[in-house]
Amino acid sequence: MENRSSLEGHRKSLQDNRDSSEKRLISLCAGSGCGAYGTDKVYKILLEELEKQGLADKIEIKLTGCHGFCERGPLMVIHPEKIFYSRIQPEDVPEIVETTLKNGEIVTKLLFKDLGTKKKLETEAEIPFYKLQQRLIFGKNPMIDPRSIDDYITEDGYKGMEKALFDMKPDQIIDEIKTSGLRGRGGGGFPTGIKWATCAHHDGDRYVICNADEGDPGAYMDRSILEGNPHSVIEGMIIGAIAIGSKQGYIYVRHEYPLAVDNLTKAIDDARKYGFLGKNILNSGFDFDLKISRGGGAFVCGESTALMASLEGKPGRPKAKYVHTVEKGFRDSPTNLNNVETWANVPVILNMGADKYADIGTEKSKGTKIFSLVGKVVNTGLVEVPMGTSLRTIIFDIGGGIPNKRKFKAVQTGGPSGGCIPEMFLDLGVDFDELSKVGSIMGSGGMIVMDQDTCMVDVARYFVDFLKDESCGQCNPCREGLKRMLEILDRICAGDGVEGDIPVLEELGEMMQKFSLCGLGTSAPNPVVTSLLYFKDEYEAHIKDKKCPAGVCKPLFYYEIDADACKGCTLCAKKCPEIAIVGEKKKPHVLDNNKCVKCGICYEVCKFGAVKIM
Amino acid sequence: MEIDYKKIEEIIQRYGTEPEDLLMILQDISEIYNYVPPVLVPFLSQKLNIGESLIYGVATFYKTVSLEPKGKYMVSVCTGTACHVRGAEKLMDALENDLGIEEGGTTEDLEFSLEGVRCIGCCASGPVITVNKDTHGGLDRSTVLESIAQYKKSG
Ligand SMILES: Cc1cc2nc3c(=O)[nH]c(=O)nc-3n(C[C@H](O)[C@H](O)[C@H](O)COP(=O)(O)O)c2cc1C
Ligand code: FES
Repeated sequence: MENRSSLEGHRKSLQDNRDSSEKRLISLCAGSGCGAYGTDKVYKILLEELEKQGLADKIEIKLTGCHGFCERGPLMVIHPEKIFYSRIQPEDVPEIVETTLKNGEIVTKLLFKDLGTKKKLETEAEIPFYKLQQRLIFGKNPMIDPRSIDDYITEDGYKGMEKALFDMKPDQIIDEIKTSGLRGRGGGGFPTGIKWATCAHHDGDRYVICNADEGDPGAYMDRSILEGNPHSVIEGMIIGAIAIGSKQGYIYVRHEYPLAVDNLTKAIDDARKYGFLGKNILNSGFDFDLKISRGGGAFVCGESTALMASLEGKPGRPKAKYVHTVEKGFRDSPTNLNNVETWANVPVILNMGADKYADIGTEKSKGTKIFSLVGKVVNTGLVEVPMGTSLRTIIFDIGGGIPNKRKFKAVQTGGPSGGCIPEMFLDLGVDFDELSKVGSIMGSGGMIVMDQDTCMVDVARYFVDFLKDESCGQCNPCREGLKRMLEILDRICAGDGVEGDIPVLEELGEMMQKFSLCGLGTSAPNPVVTSLLYFKDEYEAHIKDKKCPAGVCKPLFYYEIDADACKGCTLCAKKCPEIAIVGEKKKPHVLDNNKCVKCGICYEVCKFGAVKIM
Repeated sequence: MEIDYKKIEEIIQRYGTEPEDLLMILQDISEIYNYVPPVLVPFLSQKLNIGESLIYGVATFYKTVSLEPKGKYMVSVCTGTACHVRGAEKLMDALENDLGIEEGGTTEDLEFSLEGVRCIGCCASGPVITVNKDTHGGLDRSTVLESIAQYKKSG
């Protein structure tokens, strides 16, 4: 594309085409979540079936990025009515084509059923999961084939870049970002405008980098943005580069995200072909290009200095932060690093205006945040809500609460640097500051829901084990501190905990928080510290009574069948892989603890709650 | 094993002999051989003009690269937090039993390797495993075995 008016002309003709098209549009989610449930097969059969029923030229199918409701995958939305079908199996496809596409009727069995009202809901807009969200960043995914730059342009894509290139001075762009109140979505919440201004202030070959390392296990919004709408990140980075005065950018993305790498590579190639990257972008005189670097699966590489070392082709070990990366970062040059979601917010801000953007959210945390709502919750998926939305709204209204009639115990936020929040704080609004008041953080948006069957000591042990593996090993407090913590927690979970373990854990935690080199070590004790704060009784049950109340730590519990509750349905006996349960039909069953391996199948399958954890 | 040096050169050329791209070069080599054969270290050192120690340093720091042979099918059980609370350990148990190897091991016929990985970004469908680039979600102890059966040699 030569210049601004050719881009505007192209956008206009794409939009006219879209608006005048008589084809019905099917938006089929091909994100990783739906993919894991078999979108590929559904797509293949859909193509065949359309051909067979003679509809191939009347329907347009868009394979899009994540729609967010991953629990219900594979899912599709049929336009213009926006009929929402979920949990689609390949064998449902002929019926969809026949009933809905041919005859305009609904296939009721594929509709979402509201658990409360028991009503079947026809469209996305009626479903509580979507109704309560505000999808500023994520909302366009269902309209965009991530491999089509034209789709992005049709949805007003690259308009923000145009403004930044032709209507604004770099300082004005930075001011706009400052006014918007945007803060870094990578976890730290540093004000983005201030970071940009500081970087722009230092001389040298300035770099802009996108942090797509997404190390928090249990969080996948960055992945879904890159897979589903890669151009939004590219556009954000171009705008940032204009503001900061950078000629070269990097996207550091995990090798474990092959689809994200693929879609991003294609998007960068297309952006270059369209003249949005490279020399003299749209004849503005501005040069900028982007390169992808694939990281190698190390949590610590998400930390800014480690990430830059890794980009330089070295092992990703963090440096002490005497010198800030905005002054001396990648290749010792001024470097501005932002998270994927932060970058994706940038074009949105330029398009809607900073003032309007700043109306969303809380006083100090503006805009929306995408959360990965996972674990023991009915509607798992990606949820985008205004900052300040309460945990209760997210988990119970949007998430539908806890499955299988179990009880909520805690929600883990902020990943390995965060903590576990108990029920009494569920009415807190989630933003950068609120959750830190109770010892956790919002972090990058992981939200793992835990129920009565989750053992909090095991969870703390889990995170310490994770971090011990991921610690780069440079500094003593982190390396040795984690090792010692893990030894103690392993012992507690094995039933060998002793009086005095808890104070030692607390002491180790304090030492690491104070003396570790980088953020990994200083925040590493958080999961242990918060679980000690709110769930000390579980630790004490492990140490003093040698019991794991949640029934997770195998040496510390056994199962027993409650003869009064057992109806003799025989299901547990049928499912038991060790033949440890015997009993006659309609009579109470008995479990032989000598044979039982505590796999938990009987506990999970019993419909009467007769299998008890002792 | 025969090393196809022409292919290795092609990979290096793709990145333009930048030492900064070492990790990606190693990852691409792994795509061909399922690991980085250590005999390639001196070759890479010369081509990229960097020390062998740096190559060993990088190859051992990152989990996506291995200097030891791996199976044709890499079975990765997600042990990320979301999968952990939904019983990832049970999948690992079942797979260890079925394949007759421990976590981190490789079958003798070099068909399967089994490893635990931290979150592959399909947390909503947890617990999940990947077999090379295929993802299987919403599994339990028995469906996990069905999902790897298709990769086994028939007979
Ligand atoms: C141990 C550790 C891991 C981190 N991992 C990530 C990550 O995976 N993704 C990310 O965006 N930021 C991560 N961060 C934060 C980054 O260091 C950095 O603050 C962030 O990328 C800056 O971007 P933002 O201002 O847009 O949030 C991590 C920090 C630490 C200390
Ligand atoms: S925790 Fe398993 S895919 Fe994220």
